[in-house]
Amino acid sequence: MRSIQVLRYLPEESPQPFLQSFQVPVTDSTSVLDALNYIKESLDPTLSFRWSCRMAICGSCGVMVNGIPKLGCKDFLRNYPNDLIIEPLAHLPVERDLVVNMDSFLRHLEAVKPYLIEGKNAADSSQPNRQTPAQMARYQQFANCINCGLCYAACPQFGLNPEFTGPAAIALAHRYNLDSRDSGKAQRMAPLNSKNGVWSCTFVGFCSEVCPKGVDPAAAVNQGKVESAKSMLIQLFSGRAIGGAGQ
Amino acid sequence: MQVHTFDVVVVGGGGAGLRAAIAAAETGGNAVGLVSKVYPMRSHTVAAEGGAAAVTRGDDSLQSHFDDTVAGGDWLAEQGVVDYFVRHAHAELVQMERWGCPWSRQASGDVQVRRFGGMKTERTWFAADKTGFHMLHTLYQTSLKYPQIQRFDEYFVLDLLVEDNQACGVIALEISSGELHLLRAKSVIMATGGAGRLFRFNTNGGIVTGDGMAIAYRRGVALRDMEFVQYHPTGLPGSGILITEASRGEGGVLTNKDGYRYLQDYGLGPETPLGEPQNKYMELGPRDKLSQAFWHEQQAGRTGKHGDSDVVYLDLRHLGEAYLQERLPFICELAKAYVNVDPAKSPIPIRPAVHYTMGGIETNADCETSIRGLFAAGECASVGLHGANRLGSNSLTELLVFGHLAGKKAMQRALGDSPCKDGAESIRQLGSQWQERLESMMRGGEPGRPRWPELKAELLKVMEEGCGIYRDEAGLTQALQSIRGLRERYERVQLGDQSQIYNTDLLHCLELGCSLDVAEATCLAALQRRESRGAHQRLDDSCQQRNDQQYLKHSQVFYQGAAPARLEWQDVDTHLSAPGERHYGSKGSGLKGSGAEGSDGGQHA
Repeated sequence: MRSIQVLRYLPEESPQPFLQSFQVPVTDSTSVLDALNYIKESLDPTLSFRWSCRMAICGSCGVMVNGIPKLGCKDFLRNYPNDLIIEPLAHLPVERDLVVNMDSFLRHLEAVKPYLIEGKNAADSSQPNRQTPAQMARYQQFANCINCGLCYAACPQFGLNPEFTGPAAIALAHRYNLDSRDSGKAQRMAPLNSKNGVWSCTFVGFCSEVCPKGVDPAAAVNQGKVESAKSMLIQLFSGRAIGGAGQ
Repeated sequence: MQVHTFDVVVVGGGGAGLRAAIAAAETGGNAVGLVSKVYPMRSHTVAAEGGAAAVTRGDDSLQSHFDDTVAGGDWLAEQGVVDYFVRHAHAELVQMERWGCPWSRQASGDVQVRRFGGMKTERTWFAADKTGFHMLHTLYQTSLKYPQIQRFDEYFVLDLLVEDNQACGVIALEISSGELHLLRAKSVIMATGGAGRLFRFNTNGGIVTGDGMAIAYRRGVALRDMEFVQYHPTGLPGSGILITEASRGEGGVLTNKDGYRYLQDYGLGPETPLGEPQNKYMELGPRDKLSQAFWHEQQAGRTGKHGDSDVVYLDLRHLGEAYLQERLPFICELAKAYVNVDPAKSPIPIRPAVHYTMGGIETNADCETSIRGLFAAGECASVGLHGANRLGSNSLTELLVFGHLAGKKAMQRALGDSPCKDGAESIRQLGSQWQERLESMMRGGEPGRPRWPELKAELLKVMEEGCGIYRDEAGLTQALQSIRGLRERYERVQLGDQSQIYNTDLLHCLELGCSLDVAEATCLAALQRRESRGAHQRLDDSCQQRNDQQYLKHSQVFYQGAAPARLEWQDVDTHLSAPGERHYGSKGSGLKGSGAEGSDGGQHA
């Protein structure tokens, strides 16, 4: 058994969050999620959190573990021999306990038109497009985002400005912009060029560090800046865009 | 109670639900409601790894995909449905390609296909080893193009509104607020996934609790073929996390604790050389046979140990690090994270784990149930595709083929039918009935009332002991009795959390109620089917063989409220292929005729 602490927030009882300690059984393979499930089933039925696949692919169980965004199912108690504090993801409004409101995250994702936009000359739709492995490799890593939101909890700019499109959505836009089958880049660049688009990023790079799937949203943002610069050569030199870049 | 009105309401935001919503939107009308207890991209389709089957190569044929599916299902599939499926499979995978799904490619840029268990020819499309993930995200993202699809994320559907045997909508709990909503519609599509969480060792996400099955069942629709529960032969010990069959399609081999490739002792040999997998031989036999072989090795004491689990080993070392990273990167990540094994250097310990529910909500070939306007598609449904055992890579394609069909048919029904009655009185009744039910669960502080975690723990234990890979009369009788006892106790269940906002104690309690009803249907059908067929294997003396005389039938279980459920038998459509014997390995070669499975197994390898 060992002690872990969880930041509780029960809005129907008190407006104040509080830390609560629990004793949980631990083996070499106990994940943070396992510990939360143990608490829920055996110690305190009121603890609320999201989870499902417990294999790091559904993206439900993001939490802060000792201040770092992690997937609860892919982080293990063995990594924390001393103190262990679990809190809700940073920068998103907390609904209750470890459940955050994902509305703004989804709104950003959905705003970048994250779907294939075929050109007028698209081939006969009863046949698959051809795409070589080299063409796939250009976008493939950006297609691996599981929408867990850890990068938003890591992004200081999103923390300051919730209207910032943010790492995952920019990576997703970039994924489609780089796809040889897509002709929608011009439509996608408008939100990326705006003051809340790529130029809001100050290239801290923490988003890529915390990504549990090895996606590199910081690279997408940076490449997005090159694209954005190309698509708005003149605006680039206006005070507004430079100010937004904040570099 | 807020009331919303749609043409079609889809329950479930996984692969089948999203495909159905898109198809409904493309068919016409202007309002499709998509309700899901989780955000769509959290749905369990996300965890499917291996791929999606469709006849693709010049040396393959629709007949061959049909034969593999029907024989793989031990002749319990609806053959007209299988025929429709194999004919529409390829077009659906192409549609996914046109929507951007990143299918793995050959050097030429054409789509690549891989081997899969029980399939005679390579016909499985894949996106590395995250096929379900890529399909689900492609469908979710594509669904954003349709403004007529209105999502209700994190709403838990409690019940159907049915009037005069016509579906008229659903009542749902908004999880973030605890408020009830009524979504009216002239058609409702259930696309809520399977029920793998009835069992302790399973590859399924925590959300896979059989909700949609229970909801339709409680309203009088039969649950069909529920005794057929697929064990995937390769789950990680402890967690049950899925290690894809594609690992074996790519050449992985299974060994016991002595390093011996034991499958050759179970009618799947002769042993194929390392690095030369052959379709339908050895590791590429069907899932039921492989899981059963594990059980025999375990009984004979030839399994190894990982923690307190008995295991065999999946050896991928000969494939080399680079190839593993290209074809099976997720498997490498999972093995490292959850059992601390690098597959390029050591074999992965594995054991069978419950994976898939072959049975489900009975529908006709148009995906419509016995309630007019109520449709079902995907794992929650029994359209009749899988029979007694599903072949790997048929279910991802099923989501698309039958999700599409259900969406189209549901919208046509909605546009063609006269609207439901005003319904104000039945809506009020349904609302107050559920309000009372929820309040009674909430009322705390009464001694002796059970909570859900203890009932769930018992359910898992009962199903594991009485309804596992091998079953018998005594074990099933006991299991059925125990489940009925648990259902009675559940009537008095009480929550430990009385709040309204994100009350996940309530959510899990509601899920358990669904699981218990589905478990009774599963145990009853398993008890009454006194034969061995596909994934349903009995150890009793007179039940060890397939018995077509008595049991070439679908089981149908009907809900009877608090009374014991009732079972009936239904004829199977076998008009295209007369029942024959299932053979794999060398026994499958050289046999001809409709009964021969794998008649030229291996020649295309």
